[in-house]
Amino acid sequence: MRFVLNGLPMTVEAPGSRRLLDVLRETVGLTGTKEGCGEGECGACSVLIDGEVVNSCLVAVGQVAGCNVVTVEGLAAPDGALSSLQQAFIERGAAQCGICTPGMLLAAHALLQQNPRPSEDEVRVGLAGNLCRCTGYTKIIDAVLACRT
Amino acid sequence: MPDVAYLQPRDVADAVRVYRETPGARLLAGGTDLMVMLHAGTVRPRALVDLWSLAELKGIRRLDGGVEIGAAEPYTSIIGSALVAEHCPALVAASRTIGAAQIQNRGTLGGNLANASPAGDTLPVLLAADAVVVTDRRTIPVADFFTGYRKTALGAGELIVAVRLPAAARGVQFRKIGTRAAQAISKVVIAVSREPARVALGSVAEIPLRARGAEAALARGDAAGAVAALPSDIRPIDDVRSTGDYRRMVAQNVLEELLRD
Repeated sequence: MRFVLNGLPMTVEAPGSRRLLDVLRETVGLTGTKEGCGEGECGACSVLIDGEVVNSCLVAVGQVAGCNVVTVEGLAAPDGALSSLQQAFIERGAAQCGICTPGMLLAAHALLQQNPRPSEDEVRVGLAGNLCRCTGYTKIIDAVLACRT
Repeated sequence: MPDVAYLQPRDVADAVRVYRETPGARLLAGGTDLMVMLHAGTVRPRALVDLWSLAELKGIRRLDGGVEIGAAEPYTSIIGSALVAEHCPALVAASRTIGAAQIQNRGTLGGNLANASPAGDTLPVLLAADAVVVTDRRTIPVADFFTGYRKTALGAGELIVAVRLPAAARGVQFRKIGTRAAQAISKVVIAVSREPARVALGSVAEIPLRARGAEAALARGDAAGAVAALPSDIRPIDDVRSTGDYRRMVAQNVLEELLRD
């Protein structure tokens, strides 16, 4: 099974019906992607497939053959420099316990790619599939709004 | 979760053959329902036949004054489609209420039909629009599609290829009542058309259904009669999301509101 993961070609040995989430965490060893509910409700396991945000707990890994997959590990530059969105999350206090953060970052990243100047309402809709039990969302929305271009 | 064979057919004909020849196989599209059930162990198929990337199941096109939507076209495409916005704005509205971006990017119309949940958000719209399900071998009016709790008219080895919406789909109105705007399974879903007179609901019975008594009153131009008839058309239950009493009351209130506009 071949796909592109965070910009690098990847070959994994895994049954095609296994969840992309499990292959990322257990086979590839990238544990930035979190499992929250395991049923598509919480968004903690969000990743990008060909630029679109999806719940990796609902994707069979066979379905990403030939696709471009991005996880939270792929947001920073190769030299480790954080993306402006990641930096904004830190500066604005948008991360507390951290479990929702990778998924939030990817949903926000996808939103800003598709709509570089979202309104606050558009940010709320764009992040509606990502639940956070700590922040009350306000700081997260502030951080995304700060990254409008 | 025990590993399940994963089969990737080349085209629809191949998918039909593989599906027929593999006992215990389930069809997989966006996975938004099936992958949950698989992981929870509530279904134990021997194999998954993946339809997600089959080109024949994609596309949104004009057809006979209406529109045809490929079964594996995700909600995001429906939401972004000028054709669907023109021919059935209610389907765009319903698609927007499903989950959030993550689910809309994967969930499909074919999957919503095949899963046949009584709470499937697009299903009342398809009923009110007199939509037709196109399978690999025939067409089935959506009105005849749901045969029991999570049961459909699909035969063994039959798969959904597309959904056709006739020109009259344009007049359908849609409303969903849930706990919040996103990520909510509905308490009541309702779709209404005046011409022809159609009243369709979800989450009020074991199947998505048409309210025939309310429709008969509406066809006579009797909006108040339609609202009064509605409770006898539906059989909502008390469950974790709502109560039967609330569902009856809110279904009537929403119908009244939709017919007032």
